[in-house]
Amino acid sequence: MNGWSELDEFLRTDPRDVGCAQAMKMMHIYADLVAAGASVQERYPGFAAHLRSCGPCAEDFDGLLAALRDEAN
Amino acid sequence: MVPGGSRAEEPTAAAAGLDAESAEWLRLLADTGPGRDSALERLHAMLVRIARREVARRGPRLRVTGPELEDLAYQAAADALIAITGKLGQFRGESRFTTWAYKFVIFEVSAKIGRHFWRHPAVPFDAEDWDRLPDRFGFDPAREAEWRDLLGALHRAVDDKLTARQRAVFIAIVLNGVPLDTLVIEMASNRNAIYKTLFDARRKLRAALAANGYLPGDSLRSS
Repeated sequence: MNGWSELDEFLRTDPRDVGCAQAMKMMHIYADLVAAGASVQERYPGFAAHLRSCGPCAEDFDGLLAALRDEAN
Repeated sequence: MVPGGSRAEEPTAAAAGLDAESAEWLRLLADTGPGRDSALERLHAMLVRIARREVARRGPRLRVTGPELEDLAYQAAADALIAITGKLGQFRGESRFTTWAYKFVIFEVSAKIGRHFWRHPAVPFDAEDWDRLPDRFGFDPAREAEWRDLLGALHRAVDDKLTARQRAVFIAIVLNGVPLDTLVIEMASNRNAIYKTLFDARRKLRAALAANGYLPGDSLRSS
């Protein structure tokens, strides 16, 4: 990816984006679903759109999933 | 569009009831006496384990190491335990209890890392060095002739199209690389409000660049 496409990607907004408040409120539910094998992209595109654009929420979701996977092992 | 404006895709509550393990956690934590004390001790130990694992996962990307990172994990676990016990009545059984509880400690780790960078900023919050922008987006210095006009147009759009708050958030996060959770503390705000401010700024800037032919006109991702 060159700078041009990276800038374009950063500036693009998705109207389905649910925002941080909704994402944080429901994150534990999505995490259980994903840990059980569900696809967030297919079932919850607004949450998936948010994670693509929000570094902090994506980091938290990754951390929560990592915790669940470690617990399962 | 306002991020967070739709609740259409909220997963529905688990009306069938709690799984046995979650129900047991709730029973013990709602109890009084030694059963509750023992459950709190066990929950705290689990939160410490999750917090330590999480700071270790994030550690390589942070300028925080050793005892400071360990201290951060213990503080996050302690504050998460307070949040969990205070919000126990809000747990509706839509996930396993432990997943709900772990969410709080993950959020506390994020908040504590944000506060750490607020106390030790790498760049002053009000700095404004536009020379960082090419590197921020990976523009090749050898091809400056190709992107100089684009970044000039972006700079003008930031100055002309954004509100003062949108501009401040864009400069802090994009130019200065201030973590969003750190900016939350600096601006006495919350993650959702800062994200929405940046979301609106991104939408305006892209529209301005598209109107002037620097970027294609569509605004919805294809992925």
